[in-house]
Amino acid sequence: MSNFLLELRSEEIPARMQKGARAELEKLFRREMDAAGVALGELTVWSTPRRLALIARDLPTQTDAVSEEAKGPPEGAPDQAVDGFCRKNGVSRDQLEVRDVKGRPTYFAVINTPGRAVAEVLAEAIPAIIRDFSWPKSQRWGAASISTESLRWVRPLSGIVALMDGDVVACETHGITSGNVTKGHRFHHNGEITIGSADDYAAKLRDAHVIVDHEERQNIIRTGAAKAAQDAGLDLVEDEGLVIENAGLTEWPVPLLGRFEDDFLEVPPETIQLTARVNQKYFVCEKDGKLANAFICTSNIEAEDPAVVVEGNRKVLAARLSDAKFFWDVDRKKTLAEHAKGLERITFHEKLGTVADKVERVGWLAKWLTQLNFDHGLGDAAEKAAGLCKADLVTEMVGEFPELQGLMGGYYARAEGLGDAVADAIRDHYKPIGKSDEIPTAPLTVAVSLADKLDTLAGFFSIDAAPTGSKDPFALRRAALSSILLIQHNNLRVGLASVLERHMRQFGSESPQKLLDFFADRLKVQQRDAGVRHDLIDAVFALGGEDDLVRLLARVHALQSFMATEDGTNLLAGYKRASNILKKEEWDNSDSTADNNNSLSYAPETSEKALIDALDAAGPKAASAIESEDFEGAMAALASLRSPIDEFFDHVTVNDSDADKRAARLDLLARFRSAVHQVADFSRIEG
Amino acid sequence: MILALHDFWSAHGCLILQPYDMRMGAGTFHTATTLRALGPEPWNAAFVQPCRRPTDGRYGENPNRLQHYYQYQVILKPSPSDIQELYLKSLEVIGIDPLKHDIRFVEDDWESPTLGAWGLGWEVWCDGMEVTQFTYFQQMGGFDCKPVAGELTYGLERLAMYIQGVDNVYDLDFNGRGVSYGEVFLENERQMSKWNFEVADTDALFDLFNKAEAECKNALAGDVPIAAYEQAVEASHIFNLLQARGVISVQERASYMARVRDLARGSCEKHMELKKDEWAEKFPEWSA
Repeated sequence: MSNFLLELRSEEIPARMQKGARAELEKLFRREMDAAGVALGELTVWSTPRRLALIARDLPTQTDAVSEEAKGPPEGAPDQAVDGFCRKNGVSRDQLEVRDVKGRPTYFAVINTPGRAVAEVLAEAIPAIIRDFSWPKSQRWGAASISTESLRWVRPLSGIVALMDGDVVACETHGITSGNVTKGHRFHHNGEITIGSADDYAAKLRDAHVIVDHEERQNIIRTGAAKAAQDAGLDLVEDEGLVIENAGLTEWPVPLLGRFEDDFLEVPPETIQLTARVNQKYFVCEKDGKLANAFICTSNIEAEDPAVVVEGNRKVLAARLSDAKFFWDVDRKKTLAEHAKGLERITFHEKLGTVADKVERVGWLAKWLTQLNFDHGLGDAAEKAAGLCKADLVTEMVGEFPELQGLMGGYYARAEGLGDAVADAIRDHYKPIGKSDEIPTAPLTVAVSLADKLDTLAGFFSIDAAPTGSKDPFALRRAALSSILLIQHNNLRVGLASVLERHMRQFGSESPQKLLDFFADRLKVQQRDAGVRHDLIDAVFALGGEDDLVRLLARVHALQSFMATEDGTNLLAGYKRASNILKKEEWDNSDSTADNNNSLSYAPETSEKALIDALDAAGPKAASAIESEDFEGAMAALASLRSPIDEFFDHVTVNDSDADKRAARLDLLARFRSAVHQVADFSRIEG
Repeated sequence: MILALHDFWSAHGCLILQPYDMRMGAGTFHTATTLRALGPEPWNAAFVQPCRRPTDGRYGENPNRLQHYYQYQVILKPSPSDIQELYLKSLEVIGIDPLKHDIRFVEDDWESPTLGAWGLGWEVWCDGMEVTQFTYFQQMGGFDCKPVAGELTYGLERLAMYIQGVDNVYDLDFNGRGVSYGEVFLENERQMSKWNFEVADTDALFDLFNKAEAECKNALAGDVPIAAYEQAVEASHIFNLLQARGVISVQERASYMARVRDLARGSCEKHMELKKDEWAEKFPEWSA
């Protein structure tokens, strides 16, 4: 058994690509070894900015010899056929064997592939891996790039180490020859390092100031940053993405803490954190839950004087923060209303006008939703908040950091004294983003957020830009889900059909039906994800005509509870039996809700009379409970039908020879079915 | 510092050139970079280029953002295999010791939509400050670079701030005898920021843009692509001024950029067209 080491050294590989590169290297190596029949043991793949390394332990030194047989033409076949068979299998005619196949002598070729030296397999595999390696972006370089056929790599590939135990696996690709020599840290080590084998690789690099194991570097950064913060009496704001990125930027990571001027803390903390993270890849720290004037950078050297490195980084951050402060100051020189004028120049969508047009529509809708659901007097405030909610899109700060949209609007609104309710509505009107995001509850925020999303949905559905398949370029599914969450969480009573119809008329659209169907689909998906039985949702939806989501969900949830009781399952059994009989008899009496007590031409049997009486009592009770949205009450009323229907089936013959009795009893079952249907279409319920 | 870089790159085979005498956003616009990046002929040159970025103006109030500053540009075609090592040595020559300062190559792919050009490379960090843009040109004017050139663009003010250990660009010692960078340039930054953002006559700028575009086309028709390219550079700068004045909307922006790109591409295309027979003859392995 042997151990194999492959190192592909290159100029600095982007940090974000290293994880994918490790996976790609492993995938291609496995592909090559599989194809050659080399059994693999343990594989380790490492990366640094300047190298990808793979170690395969316990490789065989030889592949197994393989003997295969191929059946050829029968003896006596034309020469042409026999020769062709020989050629195909690389044997001569005198090597063919003749065997009996069902009484016919037939030619066979026995092809013996001897085992190959694995080192030889590897020597062929390495150029293939390099050739087929897929990078998110790759480039050409050097004199060879006079032709576009030259090698492409993420950055210039500079060296290959390939060792099978202590021996170089000799290969060459695009002018790069494999060997046993690599380089250490760019600055802490001069000259070349000769690697003995896979076993001393990591240790020799460590001596040359390179920690080749990316996880070890991540760990150094994680714990080092936390300790640096702790030593300064602060708490590190953990950020695993930054840990990985800094590990991808260093071969010898050294976390260092520095301070910036207190004055910058007057800028919103999110902007400080963002500029530190995105532009400089620094961690930030907190003290008592508030952002502190400290940063942690990750140096790639054991600096002679770390303070020099920290001081340099501090200056850069100061310049960045000075920019943020410049934006913060400049933006506040204008009111949000003045900024909002700039929205007239931003197209929302070519067929849906500018963002200024959009916020105007959102304003009306938010006002109306507020008056409908909250305090009538808040309507004007809602319209105002909506009118300003996108104004920060044209501020300098959001221009620089688009991810701060909403948040900055909130800060600017507060700074100009627009009041917390309006400022919160501006800040949070993009929420909820996704199902795990916090759902707003403040009236103005809810109204602006919902109005914004409904306007987007109404607009895009009006121009037939509904999502298709996996394509949802305007994130309409998310907008619908967020709308549902807002409505549900805040118990908003919104007749979606009328609201959307009214709103869509502004876009010249006639019917909101497609959008209502889309909402129904999204609601089903959302409820299914929330653990509600799919068939129960269908049973309620099948009733149709419901556009009040709160009422609809109340019904679904009552049904879910009811179906978990014994009454529920028994009633369902009775319903199914009645329904089957009606189906079998093709009995479709639409007038079956009629009170049939008085019209009977015969004296009903006891159980029959009992069912009629129970229906007389339960029907109106359920109806009135539904009227008052007491779905539990409606279910309870239906539950009273459970034993009368069981009794009825036990003692009464539906298919009586007397046609009148048969008709009356089928009518009675149909009436029972209708009574149940007031609550839900039980035929959709499984079980 | 400039002299040290000149000495270093001259010793490594570069021609030392002078700045291009036009307003431009980056040294990359110098014909010694753009047009010379095309075609198979080896080309090694170094020069200083004053750059103007109207939207980066801060009225002299930001410690390291300027609307007018200097780049030191090196172009090496084809890119040598030791280009990173050469670059690092050049930093030592101007006094940056990589064991004292944390030097890093951080991914930063370069794209110039107005030149129809792109490349892969890094921004080089010195203690977290971007001091150099390092790019392997892949395309220029929409044409594959065959062979690829390596481009190094040093930010001279930033490097000087490092070496002199000052926090604010205006505090740089300009001559070692008490004249500061601020004394030379602060008033210029204040006035030019104001002009760029507030004063410049936008109607005149729109007019200039259209005239540069027309003249570029005229020059192309006359088979003088270098002259046409100058008009593309002019149009590009006028576009940047219009941006700073905030009179180009988001939708219009893309269309203006496409217009500039068409001019730059057209110039590169004509340049290739006029040179390609000569190149193909001298470099049989090359093809357009």
